[in-house]
Amino acid sequence: MENMVNVFFYGKKYSVPADLTIMTAMEYAGYTLKRGCGCRHGFCGACATIYRIKGDNELKTCLACQTQVQEGMYVASIPFFPTDKRTYNINEIKPTNQIMMELYPEIYSCIGCNACTNACTQGLNVMQYIAYAQRADFEKCAEESFDCVGCGCCSTRCPAGISHPMVGLLARRLTGKYIAPETEHLKNRVEEINRGEYDELIEQIMQKPITEMQELYNTREIEK
Amino acid sequence: MYTPYPENMMESIKKVEASRQARMATEPRRLTADEKDNLLKEFHPDYKPEAFAEIKVGPNKGEKAPLELANMLHSTSRICGENIDLTKVDYDVDVLVIGGGGAGSSCAIEAHEAGANVMIVTKLRIGDANTMMAEGGIQAADKENDSPVQHYLDCFGGGHFAAKPELVKKLVMEAPDAIKWLNELGVEFDKEEDGTMITTHGGGTSRKRMHAAKDYSGAEIMRTLRDEVINRGIPVVEFTSAVELIKDDKGQVAGAVLLNMETGDYMVARAKTVVIATGGAGRMHYQGFPTSNHYGATADGLVLGYRAGAKLLYQDSIQYHPTGAIYPSQILGALVTEKVRSVGAQLVNGEGEAYIHPLETRDVNASGVIRECAEGRGVDVPGGAKGVWLDTPMIEILGGEGTIEKRIPAMFRMYMNYGIDMRKVPILIYPTLHYQNGGLEIGGDGFTKNIENLLVAGEAVGGIHGRNRLMGNSLLDIIVFGRNAGKAAAKKSQEVTLGELTLSHIEDYAKELKAAGVETNEVSPLLLPKYARHER
Ligand SMILES: Cc1cc2nc3c(=O)[nH]c(=O)nc-3n(C[C@H](O)[C@H](O)[C@H](O)COP(=O)(O)OP(=O)(O)OC[C@H]3O[C@@H](n4cnc5c(N)ncnc54)[C@H](O)[C@@H]3O)c2cc1C
Ligand code: SF4
Ligand code: SF4
Ligand code: FES
Repeated sequence: MENMVNVFFYGKKYSVPADLTIMTAMEYAGYTLKRGCGCRHGFCGACATIYRIKGDNELKTCLACQTQVQEGMYVASIPFFPTDKRTYNINEIKPTNQIMMELYPEIYSCIGCNACTNACTQGLNVMQYIAYAQRADFEKCAEESFDCVGCGCCSTRCPAGISHPMVGLLARRLTGKYIAPETEHLKNRVEEINRGEYDELIEQIMQKPITEMQELYNTREIEK
Repeated sequence: MYTPYPENMMESIKKVEASRQARMATEPRRLTADEKDNLLKEFHPDYKPEAFAEIKVGPNKGEKAPLELANMLHSTSRICGENIDLTKVDYDVDVLVIGGGGAGSSCAIEAHEAGANVMIVTKLRIGDANTMMAEGGIQAADKENDSPVQHYLDCFGGGHFAAKPELVKKLVMEAPDAIKWLNELGVEFDKEEDGTMITTHGGGTSRKRMHAAKDYSGAEIMRTLRDEVINRGIPVVEFTSAVELIKDDKGQVAGAVLLNMETGDYMVARAKTVVIATGGAGRMHYQGFPTSNHYGATADGLVLGYRAGAKLLYQDSIQYHPTGAIYPSQILGALVTEKVRSVGAQLVNGEGEAYIHPLETRDVNASGVIRECAEGRGVDVPGGAKGVWLDTPMIEILGGEGTIEKRIPAMFRMYMNYGIDMRKVPILIYPTLHYQNGGLEIGGDGFTKNIENLLVAGEAVGGIHGRNRLMGNSLLDIIVFGRNAGKAAAKKSQEVTLGELTLSHIEDYAKELKAAGVETNEVSPLLLPKYARHER
């Protein structure tokens, strides 16, 4: 007999194999998931989940696809949370001191409770990245928030109503576009191609017979 | 001692550790062309005749497809017997994009930029897609020692000389501009302080041209594209699948029948041009393989495109990624990015031997893993499966302490969730169903060759990568061909006048199936895999 545990989906008890994740346990219980399931491998943040272990008063948040079931787990999924994304034109905004104030002024109401960090399913220091955003230190905010999967668990716990993943995303786009150093070799190559410098060479290789291509391929030099 | 694995695995790890120093001193030999061929023929899943069936109807009649795909092509349309009123149009647009992944999103952005009235419909949420999961990176020949021609050679040779030259040309020539476009949208690529892109090898590359954003490359691209789609106010209808294409009385494509995934209601979208960007097929679980793909990767676009008469190409060619997680069971099938090998980890069998070069093309490396396991040099996993090691501690020795957390944080996190510290112990892998090499055939302009107003972009296309795709060329193709499709679809939509809408091609296809005597008792497209267990 498999090792089974009792879990409660939306308060209803099911006995499921202990080595399943919350997501596969729900399917084992008979659920056909439509919401709350995207990549199934911890990248998309679709499966935000809140749970409490019977007898423990701490509420925990997790990704259902990345978390193993436990005995006495009371589970509720959060397939949607009304985070508030502000819209902007990336070509018009600039990484200025005021931009966060304009787009996400509520970050300045953070009371420093750290609930967001405790809730983060990726183990990020969320309060810290919000603090960086307050100071318009976009690079640091981008770095600290980089692994965010946008599950929104942090936002569900925030007394200030902050939409953390959206703040991190804005900081990253600003950093990627305006702050990170420009890439000279990329610019040059695009220009070379636009000037038609490879046109002839590419036509030539396209015309080559397969046998010649095989020879070229099998003897090509590989960069160390 | 640190023992995160069962006893038999820990025993094998001792051998891996014992041989590590010697292995690190020499690079495993690359296989010759003949050796590769033989390995593929003997062990690659594509060479298993019993896993394929003949397609009985339609433009590829007589050709082979994986059993599960053939089955879908032979199944009844979901809308057979449904009363769909085509005179009641729910959405009326210039460009309809089916699928909110990377290809669909970049397509929509460019169509919008071109001034078209464009809309995305997508099965789950926008970004719940294979694009979000890509870890390793994206290729582009933008360094001085590299050129689009070299990139062409790698792509064409890596794909066994079967790719369509006009598509490969576009892929490699427009690659640097794709990176530039993404960068200007705010995608944070890994760079040196002077702006030089940090690039590495991928399997089958002859130059270091893999650009990355840590090991969240696809996520970084996808979330940026999604943000841009929303900023532009492009309508995105989520939890809504396209289930069939609609044509008009002139025989051109004119929209799609949509299904609200939550309510089960059907809707009609009319469009002057339609772009299929529905992605891959991992959740079809060909040959019973686990998969790295997202929940909605069920080859829908291939099925609905085929039913409308579009041609498939290389539908029998599937990519099994050599390194999927095989232990612990909670992450079965999850991808262990190729970057783990790019930054130094070797493939090592149960005896501690580095039996192959870790950066051969994917099909070769996957066949190698299958061979080692089939011939008794694998490591047993509870439940009956086998795997071989990916020697991750080498990465820290080569690159210095902290390299793993810095370069492959997603991998580190995934394993740490289950108490496995890959800095200290190797990880166990086996091939996972990863990518659909084939798909719907297009020309260089992005349109299908025989159905008017129908375009395809992204993983749903066949022919860009021939019979094997190199790492980093797919993220690239979804941007290059996604953008082009958006521009072309917007332009074409200005010239199109639609006639009366019809679904007669669905009836015709059903008749063909009947005449061919095929009956599966199933409906298609699949939309979602059937994972729910029902006791009775
Ligand atoms: C784990 C993983 C790692 C990868 N790593 C890399 C890498 O490092 N480098 C690289 O180049 N490539 C990589 N790839 C491959 C690459 O990510 C994908 O091939 C590519 O992103 C596909 O993009 P797409 O837009 O075509 O499809 P997707 O991103 O999958 O998007 C398709 C969308 O269409 C939707 N859809 C499907 N059917 C329907 C329907 N009937 N109606 C409406 N919507 C529908 C889906 O839900 C989805 O949102 C990886 C793939 C995976 C799975
Ligand atoms: S910071 Fe990102 S990953 Fe962490 S809880 Fe918030 S949304 Fe989820
Ligand atoms: S939960 Fe909200 S208020 Fe509390 S620290 Fe985080 S951002 Fe600040
Ligand atoms: S389903 Fe994507 S993170 Fe869990």
